[in-house]
Formats: sequence, structure tokens, C-alpha cells
Amino acid sequence: MDQASSSKAAGPGPALPSKLVKISGVLVSLTLTFLGLTAITFVISRVMPVDPVLAIVGDRASNEVYQQVYLQLGLDKPIYIQYLRYLGQLAEGDLGTSIMTAQPVIEDIKRFFPATLELATIATLLGIFIGVPMGVFAAVHQGRWPDHIVRVVALLGYSAPIFWLGLVALLVFYAKLGWVAGPGRLDVFYDGIIEPVSGILMLDAALARDWDIFYNALSHLILPASILGTFALAYIARMTRSFMLDQLSQEYILTARVKGIPESQVIWRHAFRNVLVQLITIIGLTYASLLEGSVLTETVFSWPGIGQYITNSLFNNDMNAVLGGTIVVGACFVGINMLSDLLYRLVDPRIR
Amino acid sequence: MSKLRLRNFLLGITAAVMLGMGSTQAATPSNTFVMAKDIADIITMDPAEVFELTTGEIIANIYDRIMMFEPEDLQTLVGGVAESWEVSNGGKTITFKIRPGLKFHSGNPVRAEDVAWSLQRVVKLNKTPAFIITQFGWTADNVDSLVKATDDLTLSVSITEDFSPGLVLNALSAGVASVVDKELVMSHEKDGDLGYDWLKSNSAGSGAFSLKTWKANEIVTLEANPGYRHGAPGMKRVILRHVAEPSSQRLLLEKADIDMARNLTPDQVKGIEGNSDIAIDGYPKGTIVYMAANAAHPILGKEEVVQALRHLVDYESMANSFLAGQFVVHQSFWPGGLWAALEETPYKQNVAEAKSLLKAAGHGDGFELTIHTLTNSPFPEIAQAVQANLAKGGIKANIVTLEGKTLWPKYRAREHDIILARWSPDYVDPHSNADAFAHNPDNRLEAKLTGVLAWRNAWADESSNMLAVKARNELDIDKRKQQYLDLQAMLQKKGPFVIMFQQNEQVARRTNLQGFVSGSNFDLVFYRNVKKQ
Repeated sequence: MDQASSSKAAGPGPALPSKLVKISGVLVSLTLTFLGLTAITFVISRVMPVDPVLAIVGDRASNEVYQQVYLQLGLDKPIYIQYLRYLGQLAEGDLGTSIMTAQPVIEDIKRFFPATLELATIATLLGIFIGVPMGVFAAVHQGRWPDHIVRVVALLGYSAPIFWLGLVALLVFYAKLGWVAGPGRLDVFYDGIIEPVSGILMLDAALARDWDIFYNALSHLILPASILGTFALAYIARMTRSFMLDQLSQEYILTARVKGIPESQVIWRHAFRNVLVQLITIIGLTYASLLEGSVLTETVFSWPGIGQYITNSLFNNDMNAVLGGTIVVGACFVGINMLSDLLYRLVDPRIR
Repeated sequence: MSKLRLRNFLLGITAAVMLGMGSTQAATPSNTFVMAKDIADIITMDPAEVFELTTGEIIANIYDRIMMFEPEDLQTLVGGVAESWEVSNGGKTITFKIRPGLKFHSGNPVRAEDVAWSLQRVVKLNKTPAFIITQFGWTADNVDSLVKATDDLTLSVSITEDFSPGLVLNALSAGVASVVDKELVMSHEKDGDLGYDWLKSNSAGSGAFSLKTWKANEIVTLEANPGYRHGAPGMKRVILRHVAEPSSQRLLLEKADIDMARNLTPDQVKGIEGNSDIAIDGYPKGTIVYMAANAAHPILGKEEVVQALRHLVDYESMANSFLAGQFVVHQSFWPGGLWAALEETPYKQNVAEAKSLLKAAGHGDGFELTIHTLTNSPFPEIAQAVQANLAKGGIKANIVTLEGKTLWPKYRAREHDIILARWSPDYVDPHSNADAFAHNPDNRLEAKLTGVLAWRNAWADESSNMLAVKARNELDIDKRKQQYLDLQAMLQKKGPFVIMFQQNEQVARRTNLQGFVSGSNFDLVFYRNVKKQ
């Protein structure tokens, strides 16, 4: 806080052109990122020893039917022509049609992504609100039993296979205790009652004031979100702990303590503020990686999310869907990075 | 006032939480049949294109076909929308009378015109399953004159090839013979696509159910057709819920959140056997598991070597151990339980016999080969057992497992030594499998008969080809049956195939649900008699 004034010199309103330059710089780098992303995915899809035509016509198709689809897909053209053609469609906002679902890819993503968003957001929130205090707590009591407990919990959460954890949790909390609902996003008899607005079921149910559906969705969400949350929590707690340890051994902390500042202020106001930037980085990364979708969790909980969608598309060599999904995931990473940048400025005056 | 509101709101929430949590205990609604199934294979709902297992059974419940096998008697071919039929013109023309008074879900009447158009549409769209009817000599150019409605309720079907009318009738019970509502579909036509785009995710049939929703990788909902010709189905709704993980299916079934689990593994079936609320039913299916040796391979091309393979495999011990309940030993190309199936299983493991055959072929010292198979259970397990079996004859087998999407291109390009795979009939006539296993009219690589298993294994045999064609064209039904029995016996002794097992589908259901029927072919699964107590 105290060193803030130095950076203020560059502060008041940079000239308009330089702002434009900055914005166009960001745009150029964004465009390049997406071009690279699509190009790499496209090339990978073409060198894989999988046949996209067989994905459509099935393994028993006659050669005649096969050729017909082969030409329809434009696979006889050189790969760069195919790629340029794809980019052309993309520029018009057309992600193509999925083979697997027979729907436009954009419609599929509108359906699958909110499911993942709902799950990843709750999991990350759990990670933040439990993981961060745990990490701080462990760092403050370094080497004593609270620290050991947090470290064991974090290690377990990080290393236990999520697939196994999910099944055991289902067995205990759903099958044996009956506290929560089972796999799926909703009980089947609630399906299709409310109009999807955001695609996030709890939000839509709340908007429609249908509380039965709201709580049913919540009951379905708790378990997978907690499982994913354990993973996020473990990672965030471990990182918080090590960042805090680093800060707590600094001389300014010693100074603060010598000055007689209460310990809670030393921890939260002095040390914790200084780890915020690092924390935001890893929380952002955790959130982004959860937004890719967790295939295993989604499979165990029959959660129709983007992870399952992309994986199934890959298995079926449904390239439009894979590319569409990759772009969305890429956009999430870029978006979250930009959001993190913004937050840095909020919490660290030096970057303003 | 506002305080009171807040309190009511909080009370409401608490009540709702308790209700919400409570609902996890409730069973499925009494008028709805909910099953958990892996439905990731669905890519279209259009009967002109459907060729996947899940949609095969779904369209069987949505569309009536020209000819049908009904759940009440799965052995007998009867008329679907056809009330009667007459064969004339030396077996080349069949005239169908359509049942009067039938209605599509839309309310439109079912006319001979709709039936003719449905077949014409399949031929013109020419998607994968079209070969089932285009083999009669129908092309986009001639089908309008060969398949036509002569009046509102009379349909005339002529073929140009010499096929047995019995075979034609059987083929007209396949999914491509589903009767589609012409008026409704054509009202959704785009750029002359014959409604192809629309019918991918909609239905236009006259069967027991209509398609209400299909959300890929999530759910399929069917709604009962109360005006169905056999009366309203027992359930108002049928829901297929996508649950890819078998353990999750088991948990859902034990909690009564679903009525039926379709994809349990043998372990899981064993695990729930003691549960008195759950019954396990076994249904013999038409899927057979076979090994095939590429005849272009310098060693595997020798007949004695393939015969030695047949003697090396220990069928019994696999069927009694890890395949127990899910597969039975079957050694001919047409599945047991169907008309004209050869049920004899002449082969048992006989290492001495195999060794002498290998010696006679000049490979007494053994050799090395690769077995390509699928990644999903039970194929890797079978491959491992076969590997151990072959080792007894001095054959060193390497196993490569691949996803179907990677395996099939290899197989279709003849790039394998030995393949271990499955096959199920496309329609219920032995010609369906004979055409794949026994009939290869052009063995050249350029011929690209990629749909034919014999061609994929570079195997062609004059006598086998002749018998397959003879049986296909035979007018006399008893003679035809004998010819197929002979053909199966012939392929048990020569040819590239080591046919091993036939599938037995295990379905676990809550005992209060009854009337589910699953027949020997993949699309003979019926929901309309399902009832709940």
C-alpha cells in the first residue's frame, strides 16, 4: 500500500491513441491465439488415424455411400483449403453441425456449457471459501497439528482418483444415506418443465420461482460440486499455505509484530494482502481448468457437461464439435486471464 | 408485514429443502418407464439412416413397418401396416393391401402412397442401411416405377433381381421399411432434402410411441400414442436416460430412481442378484463374436491353419468363466434361435489335432501374428484368453486394442492379420449374414466391397458364392432353409472365420415393472407392453 505513489506518476489518463494501441494490441494477440488454437486442433484432427466418414456412415457402409459422404465433407480438398473454409464459416459465427447430435455445434454448446459452468463455479467457490482459510490457518500454525491435518487433507484431495471418490460418495450419500439425489442434473419427472433461459438450472428455476425444481437441482449438484470442490480446495489450500509461509518469514512482518500490531491484523492485513495477486492467478487457473469440464466426474454423475461432449466428439471424430468445444475452452482461458489481470489492478496498487 | 413475509419465505425454503431432499427417495412415476442406458451412439432418428443399436430399438417403437415381428410372437413375421400380401409375376412382384383406418401421430391417414414414398425416400437418400432394399435392384431412377401405390390402400412392389419373396418380405421388416408420414415430413422439406434435416431429430410415424425430446448424451423421451392399432401402450411415457457409467446405473436402479438398467457388467449383475426388488432377465441376441484371419496373409491364408485356430480356442472355459451369463458358445454365422440357424457346435479345444494341422501346413514350429480387437469389454478379455490358447499351438499372438473408429478403417483396408470383432444381422433373414460372411463376388482390392466381411478378409470361394446366391433366390421355403444350413456347415470347415459366441443381453429391472420384450435382433425391442404394478 505504501509504495503505491511511485506508479501513480504514469497515472492520470494516458493519451487516447496509446489506449487504442493497447486495445488493438490485445485484439491482435487474441486473434493470433485463436488462429493458433484452431490451426493446431485442425491439424491434430487430420493426422489422427480415425476416419470421419465412418463416424457418419458406420462401419458397414458400401463404398458408394462412403464416397458420397467423403465428397460432401470436402475431404478430397487439400487440408489448408479445408482449414480456410472452416475459418470462413467461423467468421460468420457458424461453428458447423455436429455429427453426433445432428444439431448446430453452437446449440450443443449452449446446452452443455452451462451445466459445466454451474458445476465449476460452485466447486471453485467451495475451493476459495474453504481452501484459502485452511491454507492461512496451516501457515500460521506451521509444523503443528493443524498444519499436518490441512496438509493430509490437501494431499488426499489432490491425489485420490476423482472417479473413485465420486463413486464412493454416491454410494454413501446417495445410495446408503439418501441425503442427496443421484446421477443426472434433475430427477426425470422434472425434466423439461421450466423454460431454459440461462441453461443454469438453479438460476432458471429461481427465475421461474419453481422451488421444487430449484432444490432438486441443488440436491443433484451438491455431490459432484463437492467432489470437484475437494480437488480445487486441496490445490488452493496448499498454494495458499506456501505463499503465506513465504510472506510470514519476511522482515516487514517481524517489524509489524515488533510494533505491537495485533496478530490477526499482521496475518490478514499485512501478509495476506501480499499473497492475493498470486492467489488470484492460481484460482483463475483452477477455475479455467474446471471449466474445461471434468470428464470423469461428468461420467460418474451422468452430468451432461462440456467435458463429456468434447471427449465423445473426439471418440467419434466429430471435428466440428471438437473445434467448437476447443474454441469455447480457449475463450474461457483467455477471459479468465483478462479477469485476473483486472483483479490484480484492484488488489495491487503497484499495477494500476 | 415485511417481517412476516420474510418468515414465510424462510419457512418455504425449509419446507422445499425437505421436500427436495425427500424426493430422492421417491420411485419413478407410475405411468412412466425410465431406463438407464448408454445412448451416446445416437446420431439420427431418421429411419432412412438409423443403423445404431439404440436408435434401432427406438424407431422400432415409433414407426410401424410394412412387415413386422410383434412382441407377442417374435418368431413369426406378420403384416405391420400391411394387412395381406400376394406374390405374383414369378416371385418378382408383391402386392400389399394396407390396413384401413390407420393414422399417423399427426392425425393424417396411413395411405399406400405414404408407404411407397417411405421406401422411395430411403433409396433416393441412399444412406448406409439403404442397401437392405437397394439390393433388390432399386435405384433412384427406377424406384418410382417399381414401388408404387395403385390406389389408396394398395401397394405394388417389384424387384429386378432374382430374390426369394421370403427374403424380400423379411427385409421389409427392417428399419428402412418404417412407414413415414409423407405430408408431415414434406412440410418440413428444405432444398429438396426429402425432410432429411428435420427427421434427424423428429418423428413422423404411426407406431406405439412418438418422439417427444432427444437431447444428445442426455435423454430421449417417448410419448405414448393412445390411438395405436394394438391399443394404447401400458406407459404414458418412456424415458431413456443417458448413464454411461455402469456403476451409476446400478446405484440408480437400487434406489428405484430408474426402472431398468441396460448396461450392467457381469460383476454388477452378480452384486444385485440377492436383491429381491430387482430381477435379471436374459435375452439371446443376434450379435455374434468371431475371429477372422486375413486370407491375404501368407500363413493365415492356408485352410489348415485357420482350421487349427478353430481347434485351439477353448470356447467352453471362456463361456463358463468371464463370459458367463453374457455369451454362449455359438459356431455358425447365423445366430441361434432364429429361423434356419445351425445350432451345432462341433469345435472344442483339441491341441493335438491343431498341432498336426499346423504341421501339415508346414508351420509346426509356430509363428507370430497380431490380433486386432476393440477396447471395450469383453473383447480385450477374449483376446487374452485366445492368446493363451494359441500359445499352446506354438503361435505367438500380439494383441492390439483399438476404438471402433480406428479399427474399422484398418479392417476395411485389409490391414489386419486376425481381427476379433462382433457382427449382428441387419434384418431377420439369413441372407443378411450369408451376404456378409459367405458371398464375395469380386475379391480384387479395387472392388472395395468394404461392407462384406469375406471381402475384408480377402477370401472368396466359388462353391460358397454359388450356394449363397442359390439360397437367396430359392422360392421353396424348406429347400431354402436346408441350403442355409448347408452353407453354415460349409463355413464351419472352410473360410477365414472362427465363430465363437452369441450374445445374451442381461437386463436388470425393478420387479414391479413387467412386459419388456427384447428379441434376437437389435431392433426387436418393444416398450408397448410394459406395465407397472
